[in-house]
Parts: sequence; C-alpha cells; structure tokens
Amino acid sequence: MSDPQIIMERPAGMVHAALRSPSFMIGLVLTLLFTVAALLSFVWTPFDVTQLNIANKLKSPSATHWLGTDAFGRDIFSMLMVGARTSIAVAIVAVGIGIVVGVPLGLLAAARHGSLIDEFVMRTNDLIFAFPALLMAIMITAVFGPSALNAIIAIGIFNIPVFARLARGAALSLWTRDYVLAARVAGKGRTLISAEHILPNITNLLIVQGTIQFSLGILAEAGLAYVGLGTQPPLPSWGRMLSDAQTMIYIAPNLAIFPGLAIVLTVLGLNLMGDGMRDIFDPKLRRAR
Amino acid sequence: MSLLEVENLSLSIRDMPILHDVDLKIEAGEVLGVVGESGSGKSITALAVMQLLPVGSAWKGSIRLDGNALETYSEKQMCALRGNDIGMVFQEPMTALNPVQTIGDQVAETILVHSGSSRREARRIAREALNRVGLPPEQFPLDRYPHDLSGGQRQRVVIAMAIALRPKLLIADEPTTALDVTTQAQILKLLKSLVEEDDMGLILITHDLAVVADMADHIAIMKDGVIVEAGETVSLFRQMSHPYTRALFEASNHVPTRNPDHGADGSKPVIEIDSVVRDYALPRRSLFSAPDHFRAVDRVSLAIMHGENVGLVGESGCGKSTLTRAILALDAVQGGEIRLDGKLFSTTGEGPDRQMRRRVQVVFQDPYSSFNPRHRVDRLITEPFFLLEKQPDAEERDARIATALSNVGLQPSDAHKYIHEFSGGQRQRIAIARALIIEPSLIILDEAVSALDVSIRAQILDLLADLSDRLAVSYLFISHDLSVVRAITDRVLVMKAGKIVEEGRTEEVFRNPQHSYTRELLAATPILDEALRAREARATAE
Amino acid sequence: MLPFLIKRLISLTLSLLAASLVIFFVIEVVPGDPASFMLGLNASPDTVAALRESLGLNASVPLRYWQWITGLVQGEFGISYTYKVPVGELIADRFWVSMPLSIYALTLSTLIAFPVGVIAAARRNSPADVSIMGVTQLGIAVPNFWFAMLLVLFFAVSLRWFSAGGFPGWEAGFWAGMKALTLPAIALALPQASILARVMRSSLLDTLGEDFVRTARAKGLTHRQALWKHALRNALIPVLTIIGLQFSFLLAGAIIIENVFFLPGLGRLVFQGITQRDLIVVKSVIFLLVFAVILVTFLVDITYAVVDPRLRRRSA
Repeated sequence: MSDPQIIMERPAGMVHAALRSPSFMIGLVLTLLFTVAALLSFVWTPFDVTQLNIANKLKSPSATHWLGTDAFGRDIFSMLMVGARTSIAVAIVAVGIGIVVGVPLGLLAAARHGSLIDEFVMRTNDLIFAFPALLMAIMITAVFGPSALNAIIAIGIFNIPVFARLARGAALSLWTRDYVLAARVAGKGRTLISAEHILPNITNLLIVQGTIQFSLGILAEAGLAYVGLGTQPPLPSWGRMLSDAQTMIYIAPNLAIFPGLAIVLTVLGLNLMGDGMRDIFDPKLRRAR
Repeated sequence: MSLLEVENLSLSIRDMPILHDVDLKIEAGEVLGVVGESGSGKSITALAVMQLLPVGSAWKGSIRLDGNALETYSEKQMCALRGNDIGMVFQEPMTALNPVQTIGDQVAETILVHSGSSRREARRIAREALNRVGLPPEQFPLDRYPHDLSGGQRQRVVIAMAIALRPKLLIADEPTTALDVTTQAQILKLLKSLVEEDDMGLILITHDLAVVADMADHIAIMKDGVIVEAGETVSLFRQMSHPYTRALFEASNHVPTRNPDHGADGSKPVIEIDSVVRDYALPRRSLFSAPDHFRAVDRVSLAIMHGENVGLVGESGCGKSTLTRAILALDAVQGGEIRLDGKLFSTTGEGPDRQMRRRVQVVFQDPYSSFNPRHRVDRLITEPFFLLEKQPDAEERDARIATALSNVGLQPSDAHKYIHEFSGGQRQRIAIARALIIEPSLIILDEAVSALDVSIRAQILDLLADLSDRLAVSYLFISHDLSVVRAITDRVLVMKAGKIVEEGRTEEVFRNPQHSYTRELLAATPILDEALRAREARATAE
Repeated sequence: MLPFLIKRLISLTLSLLAASLVIFFVIEVVPGDPASFMLGLNASPDTVAALRESLGLNASVPLRYWQWITGLVQGEFGISYTYKVPVGELIADRFWVSMPLSIYALTLSTLIAFPVGVIAAARRNSPADVSIMGVTQLGIAVPNFWFAMLLVLFFAVSLRWFSAGGFPGWEAGFWAGMKALTLPAIALALPQASILARVMRSSLLDTLGEDFVRTARAKGLTHRQALWKHALRNALIPVLTIIGLQFSFLLAGAIIIENVFFLPGLGRLVFQGITQRDLIVVKSVIFLLVFAVILVTFLVDITYAVVDPRLRRRSA
C-alpha cells in the first residue's frame, strides 16, 4: 500500500479544489469585503469621520446612519470602514516584518543545521517568545509613548520567531530530500539551494501561516488600541471604538456590538481562508475529509 | 473444514474496486504465502480478515474462521477474536509499538484485554511470550521502552504480542521487508518454529518470491486485486500456468546480459579511495567531557577502473551511505584521500572545483523524493549543467536533453512534463538521465533499484547494463540486496561496521566467500531455486 | 532524569539572564536619561539631578544592571517613584489577583478543551464534530476583551448575576473573590479553549492514524480503548506545547481583561506605571511576567520528559 503522495498539484486542480471548498470561499468573500471597504474608505465614506457633530450623537441605526452614530455624532459605519484600513495596514506590515526577517533566518538556520548560527537563531527565537506582543508593546510604549507604529513593531517582532521556526522546521525536512542532495552533487551552494529548491516548496506553508498571523495581528492591534497602546486619535480604529463604547455600555450598548462584529468577521474570514488553503494545498488531508 | 476460508471476497474503498473474488484457504500448521507487487491488494486482504479496514470500505463474500462466518460478527465479537484467535504482525517495526509504553505492558495488554487474568498473571504470560520470541529476561526486562530496541528486536516484541495467547492464525504482512537480511533470516526462522510449536496457521504476505518459496506450503499470487494463481508451492513454481507468475519468477531471477569483464584489463582507475575515515560527533555525555566520536567509515580503501561495475554490499548502519556522501564530496573526511583520475578530489568536503565534480554523479534510492516537484523534467535533468564552465546554448541543451532521455528509454517530448506525471520506474530512469547528462566517468547508484517492484527492477537493471556497455561509465553499485549486486557487478566489496571485510571478483566472492560475515550474509539471503530444491528434497524424503 | 533537569535548569537561568538584559536595555538604556524621561520636559535640572541621584543613575550601566539583578534575586525591586513605596509591595498585592485569574482561566480552558477535542476526534465528521469545529472557529475569532464586554452586558447589566467589575479582595472571602474573577476568567478562557480543542482534535487524529494504534487494534482493543490507552498520551505532546504558549497569551490577555473589569492586578499597575512614567514599576512588572512565561516553558519541558520516555534518555 505504498502510494506516495504527489505534493505538487496542477494549478488548474487547485482552482477547482478552491471553488469546491466552502470554508475557503466564505473566508475569501469576507476577506474581500473588508479589504474593499478599507480601500474604498480612502476615496469615499458615507460621512466624514473627522467631523464631530455632538447634536447628532448616539443615534440608533437608520437609513441615514446605517449603524447609528457615536457619542460625538460620528457615523459608525464610516468609522468601521476607516478602522478596517487601520487594522489591515497594521496587520499587513506586522506580518511583512515577520516574513521578511523570519523566513530568511529560518532558511539560514536550516541550511546550517546544528551550527552556531542555527543555535543562535533558535535561542533568540525562544527569547522573543518570552515577550508576548502585548508585553513588548508595553515596553516600547513606556519608553516611546503610544502610537500605531509601536503596535506594528511589537506585533511584527513577535511574528519573526513564528515564521523563523516554521521556515526552519519545513526547510529541515526538505534538506533531507534526495533532490537537495542531487543539487549539491551538481555543485550548488546552500544559498542557491535554499532559493531554488527549499523556498518554493515551503511557500504553501508560509501563505497559510501568513493568513493566520494576519488574523492574529488584527486581534492584537485591536487589543492594543483598546488599552490605548495602539492607534491614536483622531484616526478611528476598531479597538478604540470598543474602549470608547465601554464607558457608555449602560446608555448605548449597541456601540459595543458593531466594532466587535467587524473584528470577528474579519478574523473569521481570514482563518477560514487559511484552513481552506491548508486543505487545498495538502491533497492527502483533502481526501481524508 | 479449513482453519480459514475466504471465498469470493470483493472489496471497494470509496467505490474504488480493490479486490475481486479473492479465494484463500489455509489449514492449521500450514504456511500460506500471499505474493504480489505493490498495489496488488495483498495487505487489504489481510486487513479484511482482521476486519480492520480503512474507513469507506465495503466488502462482500465470505470469510470463515474455523467455520464461523466473520461477516456475521459484530465489532464487539471481532474485538474478542483479534489478538485471541488471530494475531497480526505488520511491516514497519519502528512505528508499530507505542513509544511511551514499556514492552512488558504492551505485550501484557493482549492478555489483559482478552482474559480476566490479574495484572501479575498477565505479566507472567507476557514474560513467557517474550522469552519464546528470543528476548530473554536478562537483556530484555519488561520495563524497557521500544526506543531502546533495534528494528529486529521490536519486530520480535510485535510477534510476542501477536502470539501471546497462542492464536490459531497469524497474519504477517511483509514482516521482514524493513529488516536486514540476517535479521530477516532470524525472524523467518522464529515464525516457522512458532507455526510448528503451536500448530498455528500463518499467512505470510510478501513481495519476495524467494522468501515464500522457502517458507510457504501453499502460495497465492495476486495482481490488481485478483488471485491469478494459487497452489502447492513446488508444483506452482514448476508449472507456472499463469503468464504473470512466469513474469514475476523471471523478474526475480533476472540477470541482465552484459559484456563480460568490464575493466579487467588493468586500465587506469577512475577513482581511488585511500584509507578514508568518517567520524561523527556523538552527543556529549556530560557538560564537561569532550564529545565522543562514532567512526562510521574506518580506513576504507577501494579503486574503480574505467568502465568497471563495482558493488558495495552491507547491512544498514554499516557506513555505506556515509561513504557515498564522502565520495560525492558532500561531507569532509577526517582522514585519507579520494582521488579522481589521479587528482585529489576530497579532503575538505564542500569545495572541490566544478571540473572534478562533474566526473561523479549519483542516483538515489527513492524515486519520489529525488526531484523538486515544481520543476519540469528538462530543468530537473539539466541541473548538473551548473557544473559546466560555459552553459550550452538552447539548441545544444535541447539536443543533450533529447539524447539523455532516449538513452534511458524515454521520449524527448517528456522533457516538458512535470515529475508527478511519471511512475516510480520512469522516475528512476529520469534520475539516471540526470546523472548521465554531463557524461560523468563514475555514477554512484545508491540502492537505486531497492524501492522498485521486481518487474520494474529487472527493467532498470537491463537499462543500467546496457548503458555501461555502450558508454564509458563506471558504476559504484551500493546495495543491501546481494542478488542484485551479483547480477550487475564485476567486482564486489563487503562492508561491515565501517570496514571493508572482503573484496574480489563478484562470482568468486559469491561462490567461495572467504570472510565469515560474507558467508553469514549469503546464507541468510533467500534464493528461490535453492529453496525450491530443498523443498522438493524434503517432499521426496517423506 | 537528573542530568536532564540540570540541563533544563541551566537553560532556564540563561533565558532569564537574556530576558533581563533585554528589559534593562530597552527601559534604562534606550531612553537616554531615564530620570529626565520620568520627570517630563518641564522638570528643572535640579530635580532631574536629584532623581538621578536617588535612583542611582550616576553609576555606570553595567553596575546599574548588576545592582538591579542582585536586587531582584533578593526580592528587592526598588522604590516606586510615584507611589513612594517598595515596588515589591505593590506587586505582591496585585500578584494575588493576576495569578489566580490566569490559573483560573487556564484551568477552565483546559477542562473545556480536553473533552471537547477528544469527542470531536473520536466522532470525526459526525454532527457533533462539525458543530464543535464551527463553534471553535468562531471562538478563535472573538477578541477576548470584546467577549468580556458582551459578558458584562449580558450577565451584569441584563441578568445582574455578577457585578460589572471590581474586586472585593480576598479578605471578603474565597468565594466572593472567585465570583469576581469568574467573568474575567471565562472571557480569557473561551477563546483559548477554542484553540486548544482544535489542537487536541488534530493531534489526536494524527495519532489515531499511527501504526501503533493499528497494532493495538490487532491485539483486540476496541476503537475507544485504543484511543484512550494508546493515542491520547502520545497526542498530549503537541497539546502541552500549546498549553505552555497559551499561558503567556493568558498573562498578556489578563492585562487587558483586568482593564475591562477594573481588577486591581498587575495589568492595571503596569498601565498606571506607563501613564505616570514610573519606569521602575514598568520594568519590574514586565520582568515578573516574562519570568512567569519562562518558568512555565521550563515546567512544560519537564512534563514532556514525564510523558515521553524517549526524551529522558536523549538528554542524559
């Protein structure tokens, strides 16, 4: 019963599998929805989110204000659109930091497995793991003051060991493959092999993890903004909308609902998309379902 | 009434038909060999008898054990049967045991599940079972963990679990395929003696005709889910009424035709390996002691002449793979020299120049991990062009790809396909094409046919023989399989524990082995003809 | 086992040293002059000099680090600049809120996740499995502080079963204390339980596919027996890793949740420290939390060796 799995699937086969995966499709739709809202907010929002209008405060949802207004009379829907922009931007940059720094480190450690470089990369990773993103943010904020940039740095630093470990682990198993040995017999160096044979074959894994870290980044950004360590006024952010809502939870409980739902749906969409992709990339798993 | 009767067993998994009308029969005290290549359905047949089929399986037909129809058994009744009336041994001893439980507990569990005996009583029976399979209490107390044991020892533990309650039927699914030949011989002997002592039925599933010829009283040959031929061992092999049986028989004994005496004419050596030493650092015993070394290759010397085919045989762990890596200059050696055409090739590991590297290429064992799945065949086989000073232009490149592919029996148009479009045998041809494309003087074949089914293996051996006749290339053929080495090489070296213990012309070494280890290896290797003759002799004596 | 322990202990100490260096560097070296940073822009040079004197900032950087570390070993965290009391005292009070909260949440999360994950794996693709996977997918997506607000809205504002926040202190009795920590612990635990249950399920499914489970079935064990006796213990190894990681998430999460429920824990203390620019408080609390994370990693490593006999030998 030895029927080895074919790792590579034809691109056409993957598109078909994607269309047939409900979790991937739901995830994709949700993600696209929020991305479009974020992009649209650059050129158009139903109302100007910087314009305060106290007379219009705490309105219930209506035809004019689809999701109502906040304590300063700002349109909740418009704020959510701009908030999506903040969340997505912070998460993208933070994941980018993780990938750009972490993946090469992981590849390097795997290429020099067992060497001092490997040991150094791994121990540094362990050390960073001892500082959860929030502690990192607190430390940075204590010294530099709160800002969206701090949130990005804190989340980004925390993403580095995530990607470094993933890349190293996956690369290590590929380094034992015979095709890597064949490349070495063909005189290729470790860097070239990493670029030509290792990286392309771990991209699937990196994309899946990237989606998951993206969703974690959105959660972390919301958390930091909520406690006042992230995005600062006047730029709207989902986390801060929630912390504003909390003070009025007895008078206007609905203020606390919509930003939370926005976070949940975005994160859910990304996670569903990640799970769906994992199944699509791994035909063995797909068949087992 | 037979011990086990399988009639008209048809099975499908998720509507994919796997077995068609399989009939099997086995008496107590008898060994039934079920033979087939991969995908023939032999393992699934065994799992059907155990009723341990994969999810989504549906079967019809009848399976009767001692006259009881298993199709009428509930899952609970089957649980009472498994381990008690039927035992099973699997192929992969390294993963067949629970790593976090002691061997004593795992054997005792068989007893505890089936009888109301006390823990103490169960451990006593477990001890007895372990003694029976050749694991005495002094070296193998009950509280040892599987990770302390070798593959052969683990397989003995698995057998002990299966026979602890003296079942009527034992099913062994490729029980020795993952083991070395000397270990294989011991395990087979153990199984035989257990069959005799307990008057047990044994279904031995294997791909190896020589093993069944030696072990089995009756044989069933399977192909694509069908039993193509079945019968008493000697008469089946003498008659071979089905063409597939004949093909299988011929492939198993296949010796490719070759021009005699390659490299016997005292030509210059392609490669000289002179007292090469490879050490591995072991983990430190304590923080303060210097790390110990394990000497994997111990002052090995050998030379290969132009056009010569040299075999290197040895069991797992003897250092042959380490030596391969050293010869390919993938690892630094700790002593000695490797010279290519008289020029020093490797004293430092990764670094020798491209001019020299292109003279040695390699074909690996596993056709499924030998290729980057993202590249097309043309890119895969031209990877060694990296070693050329000047890259060939498009026209020359295409010409060389076409030559290399037709040399190994493939079409030039295959160059634009991806590797997943090829079968295992075809992939091994592509691997050979990759090795040939820069015209090396030496190709190392590292267990290059070990992962292939016998019929495919015969084809690849023919191809290799043909190439060595036509092209000026030498082989270093590394294998654990003595019959393959005998078929394809001019000269052979026997390696044990990092050292070459015997060396000589292949036929001479096989006919008249000098070193005791070589004799041991040869004695342990099952040979189809000899097994049949011995069986016939026994039959006439009775 | 003993060499293994010693090796882990050495690595624990090294991690602590490295972490303390990072904290010291970020908080005391990066800002340039911590004293003028703490006092703000409008402080007169004299006050800054006085503070620098009282904080011992005139000593060299290595010496200051040495003093900090030796102080920590003796339990001396220094004097809070704003509260004018030893930081040790401030921390001790709040520690007894944060620590019980984290442990409460971790226990809840584990108690929920284990059975749920096992049921989902044992009844793979059943309606139970599908709904568990759906609910946990949602649970992962919910930010814990928002979930906390919903809990307040529902249980405190509407049902009035719990108070919306605050902590009566353990003097008010064990049950009163636990009651005040219950909503926060649930808010922390449920998202983590979702993750843990999914890990438990997939790890168990992986292990159920292993050869030794098939061997156990061939011995006559039922599917359920094979799962409990063979698969489960092997499946625990990756689950332990996640529990270890979750502890640090819980600690960090607790900092936020304490703010939702106005709990006087370390999280509140550190935020007060930041607003008042009390670097001594911030530095000490962060070190304490990092210390807890590293300690838990150490404990998880030890547990591995208990679960897996292979590890005991490998490091011996």
